[in-house]
Amino acid sequence: MASGKSEMKYVYLDHAATSPLRPEAREAMEPFGDVVYANPSGSHKFAREARRAVDEARDVVASVIGCRPGEIVFTSGGTEGANSAILGTVRRRGGQAVCTASEHHAVLHCVEHVGGVVVPITADGPVDPSVMRQVLAETSDVSVVSVMAINNETGAINDIEQVSHAVRGRAEGAVLHTDAVQAACWTDLRNIWPHVDVLTLSAHKFGGPKGVGVMVVREGVTLEPLILGGGQERDRRSGTHNVAGIVGTAAALQVTDQHRDSEVARIRALRDSLITGLTTRISCAVPTLPSGHGSAGTAHVCLEGLESESLLYLLDTEGVCVSAASACASGAMEPSHVLEAMGLPASRIKGSLRFSLGHTTTEEDVVKAVDATVKAAERLLAAQK
Amino acid sequence: MKILVAMSGGVDSSAAALILKEQGHEVVGVTMRLWGGESDTGCCSVSDVDDARRVAQQVGVDHLVFNFSEDFNQHVVEPYVASHVAGTTPNPCIECNRHLKFDRLIERGRTLGFDAVATGHHARIVDFNGRPRLARGEDAQKDQSYVVHMLAGADLNYVLFPVGNMEKSEVRSEAARAGLRTASKPDSQDVCFIGSTIGRAGFLEPRLTFNAADVVDGDGKKVGEVPAVELVTLGQRRGLGLGGGDKRYVVAVDVPSRRVTVGDEAQLFVSETPVGSLVWPHDDDEDFVLSHDVLVQGSAHGERSLARLQKSNDGYSLKWARATRRIAPGQTVVFYDDTDTVVLGGGIVTA
Repeated sequence: MASGKSEMKYVYLDHAATSPLRPEAREAMEPFGDVVYANPSGSHKFAREARRAVDEARDVVASVIGCRPGEIVFTSGGTEGANSAILGTVRRRGGQAVCTASEHHAVLHCVEHVGGVVVPITADGPVDPSVMRQVLAETSDVSVVSVMAINNETGAINDIEQVSHAVRGRAEGAVLHTDAVQAACWTDLRNIWPHVDVLTLSAHKFGGPKGVGVMVVREGVTLEPLILGGGQERDRRSGTHNVAGIVGTAAALQVTDQHRDSEVARIRALRDSLITGLTTRISCAVPTLPSGHGSAGTAHVCLEGLESESLLYLLDTEGVCVSAASACASGAMEPSHVLEAMGLPASRIKGSLRFSLGHTTTEEDVVKAVDATVKAAERLLAAQK
Repeated sequence: MKILVAMSGGVDSSAAALILKEQGHEVVGVTMRLWGGESDTGCCSVSDVDDARRVAQQVGVDHLVFNFSEDFNQHVVEPYVASHVAGTTPNPCIECNRHLKFDRLIERGRTLGFDAVATGHHARIVDFNGRPRLARGEDAQKDQSYVVHMLAGADLNYVLFPVGNMEKSEVRSEAARAGLRTASKPDSQDVCFIGSTIGRAGFLEPRLTFNAADVVDGDGKKVGEVPAVELVTLGQRRGLGLGGGDKRYVVAVDVPSRRVTVGDEAQLFVSETPVGSLVWPHDDDEDFVLSHDVLVQGSAHGERSLARLQKSNDGYSLKWARATRRIAPGQTVVFYDDTDTVVLGGGIVTA
């Protein structure tokens, strides 16, 4: 058993949590530890070299998003971006914050913190723009609206263009932020950016390093900075540039963008066969989104009547890495607020599983994951008898 | 064997995982997330989960977290509050062991293919008349057989207590030898979901309505007042607003009538105590206990008193060999054999 364990080949289907570092990113980052190590804010030759790397990375990121380089702010990740957009707007302008009920906690907790308004979502996952329009009409002095592009748990896609029309029509002047953390791999960001004022990304979701994020702030929009200091990111964010991280982010985003069309098609086919395999072979497996909906990289199912914790353990022992809902600080699984907002019954929410695919996923991974899940479900169903 | 070890983040369960691992078993540690509230003491806080995880890493075993907070709320916290509303004195640690550590965790362990579930309790499983039974732990000061007395039937063959035959000092030195960070961690004292800063009254206040009550003497004459009858316990002496004078004790708590009766200590002594919700290690133990005197323990580290269980149309009661100080309704009584070693059953005081 012990020797078998070391030979076990892992099936990694948790890309929505973290996607493995892309080789292009690793290679790009390599010199920025002990060769090009200077602080890019310095005024000597070595500093200029580091500065150039940050500037070039900014150009690359801007070209993938379709924004101006000057609109890019490098951050510590998606959470900082969301906090900056929401708290940064409310601290600058006052007013109400609004978001959807399925937002990531990085957004939801900020909106709750400032006593904002949470808009319900539909049973299929996305927010209904007409509901958004109605809530905005009933809410006075809205200063910031936050709607995620793709949901991190279910893969549900929001129509940001329609949301934007709702916001522009009902809350003119409000800052529209989109958490696009899960979108970079699966959607051309150039189609999202024209509709929003602030867009945030997290590098490790698309094969970049952890601890780096991108916040795009439309020219003319001013947010109160959360982090004060040397003003390195044009006073919108302070702190010495994470040069290696920024360079790795740009490299990963560039390669993601270059291969996106073919990858989306490849992964969508794998995702569909994963969902089909699970729902045809496991009697209690119910797909969370309607067939064909959702981001290409996410297969979300609920094994009604079973418990995610037990499923995750059994899958783990088979070398299959997936996830359920979000974990709290203790590592315990918390019931999903997203599935609750969709109105799913508790018996399904408790048995939720998220398989998230990415650039390293193969057909073999999908076959193994389906087999292991079938085996785990059969075991748990047998124990109930 | 493949063993699931419940790791609370304390030294006893840390040592349990260490010992089983060193014996060559395939060990997986699990911390049960029980309480999502604000208390940061006892076996529920994030820092205790951190300790358990770090110990698991040091010992070299996988560590899981199971979120049983919904079950805990349903089976432990809500009944705890309801007990106070009813004017009885609950023991939430016993209900947690009954419903969470045993029912829920044993079910999980079996479902997931484990051969045994282990905990860090100071108790032993011994052979008694040819069958496994729960017995007091080796360290008399730390014995926890009282709080795990409900373990019964096939579960007695499934649960392991690796530190049950050790003195506490040995447990600590084993943990220290392996360099575990919990080696000198103090034992938990309080009810885990009630923080030491908030206290029992502070915990209960938002969850039930406190009612003021008159304190009366045996003749029904008002002698004092309490702000919350729900917080008064049988045998209590302080906080009754009685002023000086003779020592007087609570001898009756009547929540519906909002009345607390006080009397002298002699009134707390009874010859018989009604009990219910009886549990037996094996089905035929009831007959054995009904026909033998047993030693009865009525609190976590309380004295033992000789009694005989009796059964009548009204239910069960303990007939004490000598008048015994009353045990508050809601409290647990555990029956031990005549050597005060082996658990023969238990129940809850009903009146």
